[in-house]
Amino acid sequence: MPHRTFWMFLAPSAIAMVLFIALPIISVIVQSLYIENEKVLITTESCGPFGCTENVTVDEEATARLLEEQPLGRFNGLGTYTNRNHLAFDELGAAWSARESFGDFVGEVMNLPFYKALAFTLTYTFATTPIVLFLGFLLALAVNSLHRWLKGVVIFATLLPFIITPLIGSLVLFWMIDADGIIGSTLQWLYDDPTLSLKASPTLTWITLIVYGVWHTTPFAFIVFYAGLQTVPGETLESAMIDGATRFQRTLYVTIPYLAPLVLFVTLIHLMDSFRVFEPIVGFSAEANATSLSWIIYNDLSQETKLFGSAAATSMLTIIGISIILLPVVYRTWRDFRTG
Amino acid sequence: MRRQLTGALIALAFAGGLGVQAPALAAECDLGDVNGRVNVLGNEFPALQAIMAAAGTCAHGGLTVEDNLTQEHKDIQVAALTANPSEYTGAFVANSSLVPLMNANLVRPLNDLVEQYGENISDRQKIVIDGNIVAIAFMANAQHLMYRKDLLEQAGVEPPATYEEVLEAAQAIKDADVARYPLTGTYQSGWNLGEEFINMYMGYGGSLFMAGTAEANLETEEAVKALETMKSLTELMNPDYLTYDSNGASTQFEGGKAVMMNMWGSRAGAITDDEGAVEGVAENTAFGPAPTVGGGETPATTLWWDGLVIPKNISDEDAEATFRVLASVLTADLANDNAEAAVWLIDGYEPVATAEGVLASAQAGAKPYPMLPYVGLMHTALGDELVEYLQGSESAEKALADATASYTAAAREGGYL
Repeated sequence: MPHRTFWMFLAPSAIAMVLFIALPIISVIVQSLYIENEKVLITTESCGPFGCTENVTVDEEATARLLEEQPLGRFNGLGTYTNRNHLAFDELGAAWSARESFGDFVGEVMNLPFYKALAFTLTYTFATTPIVLFLGFLLALAVNSLHRWLKGVVIFATLLPFIITPLIGSLVLFWMIDADGIIGSTLQWLYDDPTLSLKASPTLTWITLIVYGVWHTTPFAFIVFYAGLQTVPGETLESAMIDGATRFQRTLYVTIPYLAPLVLFVTLIHLMDSFRVFEPIVGFSAEANATSLSWIIYNDLSQETKLFGSAAATSMLTIIGISIILLPVVYRTWRDFRTG
Repeated sequence: MRRQLTGALIALAFAGGLGVQAPALAAECDLGDVNGRVNVLGNEFPALQAIMAAAGTCAHGGLTVEDNLTQEHKDIQVAALTANPSEYTGAFVANSSLVPLMNANLVRPLNDLVEQYGENISDRQKIVIDGNIVAIAFMANAQHLMYRKDLLEQAGVEPPATYEEVLEAAQAIKDADVARYPLTGTYQSGWNLGEEFINMYMGYGGSLFMAGTAEANLETEEAVKALETMKSLTELMNPDYLTYDSNGASTQFEGGKAVMMNMWGSRAGAITDDEGAVEGVAENTAFGPAPTVGGGETPATTLWWDGLVIPKNISDEDAEATFRVLASVLTADLANDNAEAAVWLIDGYEPVATAEGVLASAQAGAKPYPMLPYVGLMHTALGDELVEYLQGSESAEKALADATASYTAAAREGGYL
């Protein structure tokens, strides 16, 4: 294709991507390098229904003037990235030199909000991905061997967890796993422990969230693998059968290699999505036990005093995190496309 | 035709029988000479809905009255009022949501409007900061004690007046097998947990900041005692307490599971009405002032007000229209017609049973929630960092040190330190 045609084809998408992806990201990067201007505080008297007190308020005119002079705020360089609420280099250094054992150091690190969130996010990502792939593949194999008239209904039923909005699904499950809810009481009865509560212990909450994540995303892997199974060449399977391969060997040596690109695709999508886990934490009101990077950004932006610089810094760190995790998969895909 | 009429009558009778409640309207308002646009942003309480329903009757050809009452109002208010001209000509705020608007220089001083049109507004309704009337308050709120008097009688305990008595009463109830988890409360990690700590800390006489500065003052004995009291209370709650906000705690109370809780006065109406509660809850719920703690005299709660602000970024005509419409609507009639919806601050309001708890707390000397520019950051830091102490994985001193560090980092970023 002549170069000019290529660029004309690409232009609309490229312009859209620059406008809606690149420029906003640059804006976020710039915002993460600044902190707010110093607020000018004055002591005044404030009166209300409950009496008068001396109160500290912001001097509106002086602050407005500062805002006009420096609309972006004070330049803080990478200060926001290294402060306690993000990478916490100072606190890490202090914890390392004051440590009594490595376990002690890890405990101190887990106390810092960013690392606590990162730990859960990574655990969630790397725990759900293999399970989703495995279960999705098993489901696809199973549904593929059903009778034709049963397939439609079963496929619909299997897709349901993915169709339900994550927030609603997790809210419904939140009340079911409550100590008084059906799942909660059944578990208490099963383990004969009236104090067992899934929501009260961090470990059990993590497990609940991971189980929810698997439940929600397996249908996606299932439908992709199911579609892929339709394209596995029948002749290769038949010749394998003739050669005396068992069902298991056929799956292992014929089906799986054909589905390898799809595995890569599902892994790519799922790694990206699960690194941004957010709705289950809100739906399960689990922020006491599990937080994620997206949740920290939401927390910064949803209070009455919004911390834009801090949210911007965490967003950039999330982008960097996703890039690092996706590097192997993207490299593999690039290599495959180059040679193939 | 006959069938349609009968059908309509049956439907009407049905609706009447089900007790469909429309917010009670005050008398018709006659502001025929006022022109402009009124559009108010606020939260979703029944009280605010009643006010805007009454304000709607003032609309005529030259005057439009609209509103946007949503739980998300706090998230959009600063951005919405910064626009010039602003979409909203008024906003319903509380002491905490007023502060971000003031920090962003968005609030119009109401001194002129009050002088010209504010005859009905009593002095205690005026929120004055540095000589400027910035808001007109019309209702008060606070967390106070709500309890099941029948279950307390069953266990043979008196309604408690201090948190020490609350703990004893709850233990007695548990020992008498009247309830497995006698207590509940808004202990969800985040804003709710921060609020509980601030209430308890105020009860012990502590103050969040060093006088006159934005430096945190959490590493004190009172703070440790406040945390320890909270921990003892949680031992008598359903172990999922870190996931219950106002809805969750009210559900437990209305479901007959909990016997005592420290709940927002604005919820009193919803708890004692006929909907959503099991047998025996609505008629047996009693209200008391927030308990004191540690031998102090201040109830361990904070007082909140809700009121109207008018933004700077609108025309003077719209500002005047909004003020006059709302001033004519905030009357004693409206308050008494909606007596259960809120604890009204309007003169002439006759308090009903559901308002007792808030008024008693106010009379006993509870402190108002601090209206400092940086208190929001402190509130967030507390809500996030105190969780680990309650879960037992940190000591109280460490949790308070973490909260201080988290707040300090946020305050530096916000320009307060």
